[in-house]
Amino acid sequence: MINSAPKLSDKEYEENFKELTPPFTKNGAVAEANRCLYCYDSPCKTACPTHIDIPGFIKKIATGNLKGSAKTILESNWIALTCAKACPVEDLCEGACVYNDKDEKPIEIGRLQRYAIDNYFASGMPKLFNSKDKNGKSVGIIGSGPAGLACGAELALLGYDVQIYEGSKIPGGLSTWGIAPYKVRQEDSLKEVELVKSLGVKIKTGIRIGESISIDELLTTYDAVFIGIGLGESSKLNIPGENLEGIVGALSFIENVKKEKWNSVNVGKRVAIIGAGNTAIDAATEAKRLGAEKVNIIYRRSEDEMPANKFEFRLAKDDGIIFHFLTSPTEFFGNHKVEKINCIKMRLGEKDKSGRRKPVAIKNSEFFIETDMVIFALGQQANLDFLNSIPDLKISNGCVIIDEKTYQTNNPKVFAGGDCINGGKETVNAAYDGKQAAHGIDNYLSNKK
Amino acid sequence: MVDLSINCGGIKSPNPFWLASAPPSNSAYQNCKAFEQGWGGTVWKTIGEPVMNVCNRYGSIDYNGEKIIGLNNIELISDRPIEVNLKEIAETKKLWSDRAVIVSLMVESKKEAWHDIVKRTVDTGADGIELNYGCPHGMSERGMGAAVGQVPEYCQMITEWVTEVSTIPVLVKLTPNVTNIRYPARAAKAANASGLSLINTINSIMGIDLDTMKIQPSVGGLSSHGGFAGPAVKPIALHLLSQVTSDPEINLPISGIGGISNWRDALEFILLGADSVQICTAVMHYGFRIIDDLIEGMTNWMEEKGYSSLNEIKGKAIPQIADFGNFNLLHKTVARIDQSKCIHCNLCYVACEDGAHQCIDLIPVNGHNKTQVREEDCVGCRLCAIVCPVEGCISMVRLDDAVSTKTWNELMKDFKRENKPLTWKNLAEFQKEHGIVIH
Ligand SMILES: Cc1cc2nc3c(=O)[nH]c(=O)nc-3n(C[C@H](O)[C@H](O)[C@H](O)COP(=O)(O)OP(=O)(O)OC[C@H]3O[C@@H](n4cnc5c(N)ncnc54)[C@H](O)[C@@H]3O)c2cc1C
Ligand SMILES: Cc1cc2nc3c(=O)[nH]c(=O)nc-3n(C[C@H](O)[C@H](O)[C@H](O)COP(=O)(O)O)c2cc1C
Repeated sequence: MINSAPKLSDKEYEENFKELTPPFTKNGAVAEANRCLYCYDSPCKTACPTHIDIPGFIKKIATGNLKGSAKTILESNWIALTCAKACPVEDLCEGACVYNDKDEKPIEIGRLQRYAIDNYFASGMPKLFNSKDKNGKSVGIIGSGPAGLACGAELALLGYDVQIYEGSKIPGGLSTWGIAPYKVRQEDSLKEVELVKSLGVKIKTGIRIGESISIDELLTTYDAVFIGIGLGESSKLNIPGENLEGIVGALSFIENVKKEKWNSVNVGKRVAIIGAGNTAIDAATEAKRLGAEKVNIIYRRSEDEMPANKFEFRLAKDDGIIFHFLTSPTEFFGNHKVEKINCIKMRLGEKDKSGRRKPVAIKNSEFFIETDMVIFALGQQANLDFLNSIPDLKISNGCVIIDEKTYQTNNPKVFAGGDCINGGKETVNAAYDGKQAAHGIDNYLSNKK
Repeated sequence: MVDLSINCGGIKSPNPFWLASAPPSNSAYQNCKAFEQGWGGTVWKTIGEPVMNVCNRYGSIDYNGEKIIGLNNIELISDRPIEVNLKEIAETKKLWSDRAVIVSLMVESKKEAWHDIVKRTVDTGADGIELNYGCPHGMSERGMGAAVGQVPEYCQMITEWVTEVSTIPVLVKLTPNVTNIRYPARAAKAANASGLSLINTINSIMGIDLDTMKIQPSVGGLSSHGGFAGPAVKPIALHLLSQVTSDPEINLPISGIGGISNWRDALEFILLGADSVQICTAVMHYGFRIIDDLIEGMTNWMEEKGYSSLNEIKGKAIPQIADFGNFNLLHKTVARIDQSKCIHCNLCYVACEDGAHQCIDLIPVNGHNKTQVREEDCVGCRLCAIVCPVEGCISMVRLDDAVSTKTWNELMKDFKRENKPLTWKNLAEFQKEHGIVIH
């Protein structure tokens, strides 16, 4: 057993994991909706990867046409609740809002979207779209994350029989198992799953393709297959001591937190996170909110190169997370369990392939950081073993290669989207990919005689 | 299934939303674009006499950060040659057989001129004619527009010239710049109009720039009263509509206009008896695309309420329109403040104390002031409920027995029967008898 942080009271846990942004009241939503200028050909719509008609759905909140508002949103994006609550809006729609150019507060687009979608779910998901008649064709989908769900929903409307296979017992992908609970709860993610099911999409959980069912079986059973398997666990560094107790990957740690049984998650008194992307920040803030007393983020480059966005960085700072920039771990020490990390100071050298300046170790600058737990958050790795087992797939840098328009892979029967083609972006990208891929599949199967 | 289709005086359209005769309906390009996006009909920008427009045609009122709550214009009728307009009207109608194309007309007050333009309009294949008796500026100086609409006799005479030759429905568009809109409306009816459109714009001066002291809009240093439209005129339009639809002498199909920005506004016009609605300012502000929410919002509302056609709701609110003398004097309400919702802005207190009847108390509790209505003194004016920024915090609670009634008219009859003159003393007696307190 690691040296664990003391458990908190249920009330403290709930307070720590409560929603960052509370929902709008009716008055608040209408007032904010009326503040929207209802721009034409608006920058927010362009900035949204799924191109939701944002002024359109907001106008409908203003007039009280909430059902129409939800329809406008869902027409472009099936994963509308997760996106409303977890999209990095300041980098997307809200960042593009014209009010920014007037030096005024941008419209709270994410929160308004949530208002419309919450209402839609609360009113019992009334039918919004008419499906085409069944065309007798079927598509198998691997993975029930945002990409798989969006693809399935769209295909169902287009008249296909859709079967999703999900390895996990609970569907929803990282909306269910990854995104910080103070943004999205499992119940939110499961509402989206229910919506997709209501369109006729079937989901089998607890079935991992490549284990209980082979990929070949899938390819013979279905007219086309969509891969939306996302990515796997964070990579490690391959330095000595990595197998000590108390050293875990970010995804498994976060998955544990996402069970929402806070006091059964073991977190060290002192925690060190390796990496400084959004996942690293999530792991850090979640560790802190579980009661860790000291949380260090260790990152080999400087603040400027840090992949985490501003919002997440602020959040971590507010939570009292300590950042060690230009610092790289070289070895973990401990007696069975991790006790300290040997680190070395770095400086920035020449630019590397990614265009960022490459960190270079500074001689004789080594020092220790004491810790009870280490969480690796260095970027998720692709499920290469599985991907390589799919005939004719082309893979580069861990990403499945697809045609940008059709989302078709090198195997004409196989399409892919989401994190497994982009190496890990946002939910909204996966939602867009899935929907587009559905049309790619429809084109492919309609033209194939 | 909800069916939004309507028939307004013989003019049919798949939904009640028409472009009002104004800049958005100026050309075939615009009208066709509007139809593509779903508009049910259009009233073509008024055609007729040769005119020239000036620059700086519009003025507007912004209110607390909200742009264009009212728009005024000193624009004339179409400044494009009549031949061009007629040709485009015919082309548009040919392309859009299921939509309503109505042509707004205005020529000089000569029988031959009206006969001529009516015949040429009918030849385009248009579905109807609208007579513009409303233009409040420019055209009225030349004896047209409001100069006709304000004189019921002219209104009747010219409408007769039109209806005697027209083979298609004729709507008469009324000006609000009159003391009683029922007179021109009745005149139109007498001249066999198929229906009425109302309102046109209201005489207005939008404001003066305090730095330059220029009236807006300013045409090279001069200005004039222009026609006022947009959200701010809706209450006036609704009133004039109710005047017309509650007059049993008139009883004509109506196209409602004035300050309609969304489906809710449109429904209010229909509830007061309109068959179709026309929209101008909202389109000038946001474009034809507003039709999406107009249709969808109205459809969803109808579905939710269980209606399938607009006829089921048309005029449903009219029976409430009554004379003051028929209101129940014993109807008694008082304001009640829901303390759990109160945010302690105390706006109700100051409104009541300075602006009404001094019946809310401020009682210090735990560092803030609690507002409390002295119900025995509350006259039930409703001002506090109106100023309260919190939804559902102040409500008007009914206290009378909901059975007894006594209207002013009844009371005056009683007084007459009892040989009591109308004096403050006699009124006080009645009030005392019914526990009515006056402040
Ligand atoms: C910790 C963390 C926090 C994040 N926070 C945010 C955020 O705040 N905002 C945001 O926009 N994005 C966030 N993201 C990113 C976002 O969650 C992903 O981009 C998105 O979920 C990708 O969707 P996907 O469908 O491609 O993959 P996933 O969501 O990963 O779903 C893939 C699914 O496929 C299943 N699967 C895999 N292999 C198999 C197989 N062989 N057989 C059957 N099923 C299989 C998996 O179990 C999983 O359910 C976060 C990601 C992480 C890791
Ligand atoms: C710029 C402008 C020009 C107008 N021109 C005409 C016209 O040529 N003929 C006409 O009948 N009404 C005209 N109107 C009046 C409109 O048709 C309509 O009656 C009025 O604007 C009220 O509707 P709204 O509040 O939706 O704008 C005009 C209005 C505006 C704002």
